Amino acid sequence: MTQTLIVVVYLILLLVLGYISSRLFRGNSNDYFVASRSIGPLVLFMSIFGTTMTAFAMVGSTGESYRVGIATYGKVASSSALIHSACFFLVGLPLWALGKRNGFHTQIEFFRARFESSKLGYLLFPILVGLIIPYLLVGLMGAGSVMHGVTRGAFPEIFTSTGGAVPPWLTMLVISCVVLYYIFAGGVRSAAWANTFQTCVFIVMGFIAFVTISSKLGGMQAASAMADPGKAVRAGNLTEMQFLSYCFIPLSVGMFPHLFQNCLTAKSAKSFRLTLVAHPIAIMITWIPCILIGLWATGAVMPDGVTPVIPEGTSPNAVLGMMVGKLATPIIGGLVTAGIMAAIMSSLDSQFVAVGTMFTKDIVVHFFGIDRFSEKQKVLLARGFICTIVFVTYLFTLAEPRSVFSLGIWCFSGFAGLFPLVFAAIYWRKATKAGAYAAVIGSALSWFILFRESDYGANGSYLVGGVMPVAVIFVACAICMVVVSLFTQAPSQDTLDKFFKKKV
Amino acid sequence: MSKGVVITFMLVLFVLHQDFWLRDDATLILGILPIGLAYHMAFTAVAAIAWLVTVRFAWPKYLVEEENEGNEQ
Repeated sequence: MTQTLIVVVYLILLLVLGYISSRLFRGNSNDYFVASRSIGPLVLFMSIFGTTMTAFAMVGSTGESYRVGIATYGKVASSSALIHSACFFLVGLPLWALGKRNGFHTQIEFFRARFESSKLGYLLFPILVGLIIPYLLVGLMGAGSVMHGVTRGAFPEIFTSTGGAVPPWLTMLVISCVVLYYIFAGGVRSAAWANTFQTCVFIVMGFIAFVTISSKLGGMQAASAMADPGKAVRAGNLTEMQFLSYCFIPLSVGMFPHLFQNCLTAKSAKSFRLTLVAHPIAIMITWIPCILIGLWATGAVMPDGVTPVIPEGTSPNAVLGMMVGKLATPIIGGLVTAGIMAAIMSSLDSQFVAVGTMFTKDIVVHFFGIDRFSEKQKVLLARGFICTIVFVTYLFTLAEPRSVFSLGIWCFSGFAGLFPLVFAAIYWRKATKAGAYAAVIGSALSWFILFRESDYGANGSYLVGGVMPVAVIFVACAICMVVVSLFTQAPSQDTLDKFFKKKV
Repeated sequence: MSKGVVITFMLVLFVLHQDFWLRDDATLILGILPIGLAYHMAFTAVAAIAWLVTVRFAWPKYLVEEENEGNEQ
């Protein structure tokens, strides 16, 4: 009961923040979509970091650490510390400069101009939106699982079918509505502000959860001593080839449409400096407590010294919620749950805005012409499409059985597989329109074939010749881009001048 | 300058990331942190330092020009 009340108060705070940022909203689409390119270093960093840390980072990482041990940090987090910043430096900065110079608001606008093809946008749009849907699913499912785990037994008379816990469908519905409200109130500026606030909340609350749980388990040394030693090593949990090929996953940030849009909000190139340096440290601060909680969960017992905190057969998605629910006081449990919700919502908001922006700019305005709709109508169109996608995602969540981590990996694999497209677009003058089509189709086809082979993500251990599917998708995309570009007509001199005039 | 620096440290750190020499070492540092996890924490800190050096000494020239053009406009 107390936990639920604290979460409700937190959600009300977010609604107030959304209302305040709506007072600053200038009412035009440039402000709604890229905050009039006015975001400074601190908010940019908090916003980008908050966006990349979702249920995958907290709920997923704890569950995966419980399942395969500490290798979870090395395979995703420490590689991200290096590669995310590299993507911001090698992709984000040039795109910011090109976006500012040419007035781009979305990735698709950039690709259309770079590859001189209007139809490329119609091909990319469903693929990017299709890949964002599982990302949204990860967030909503994570929120539902945590709330369910933390509130177990709190409302025995109201929620009889879930053992007194708040049912996931209700949590997911409320979270969606709160995020929709503050996004609708002020667009990407509202998302940036909310992300800044929420990033602070989830870092602090993650730390509190870590201290509380370790203290309840008799201190950090006792908790680590209790853990399954087999999970304290990589051997037996992950092969070297798997570990190596996981390094492709963080490349996904180079192709996330919501991060592209976040990058465009920057006031200046210097605004990125803090992000480049602080992002790795922030990843460590967020992930390490979750990895250790997951490790401790493998051997943690209740104060009676016998009953395991996590019963055998528990879903990895539920591990963090159960550790917090069973080992923290109700107040701490509530605060930590609010922190987890913060991490989840700070990604959902940017994804919602990106989806709405792409639909309005890349499909509707592009198809009907820039003067067909007023500024107000454009914002309304974006909001309408966001509601549709959220509704579709919500329906998926009601029947989604996969683990948050596994679903997240497939989503990231799709975006990372498209990385050669953006890299070639920025750095390779010979990358052609036909090459871009081939790269997108090659990447999408290989992703779909492998996803189907993995029983649509249900087989969490699926590998291709011992490596992660993302490596195959990435290579397929790169080969298609290079081979087809070499044998097709180069872009016009005008386009090359526009994109390669300066050294980017 | 900037490209060379970034590519060099990316390659070095990428190799250091593959810590196969610790793959079956279950030693607990200070009785708390498995050595494999402690190693990757240190790796993360080194990555942040490498980016700090890049930002400080190898900031791309085209961005400086871009900023100047923006200010003139």
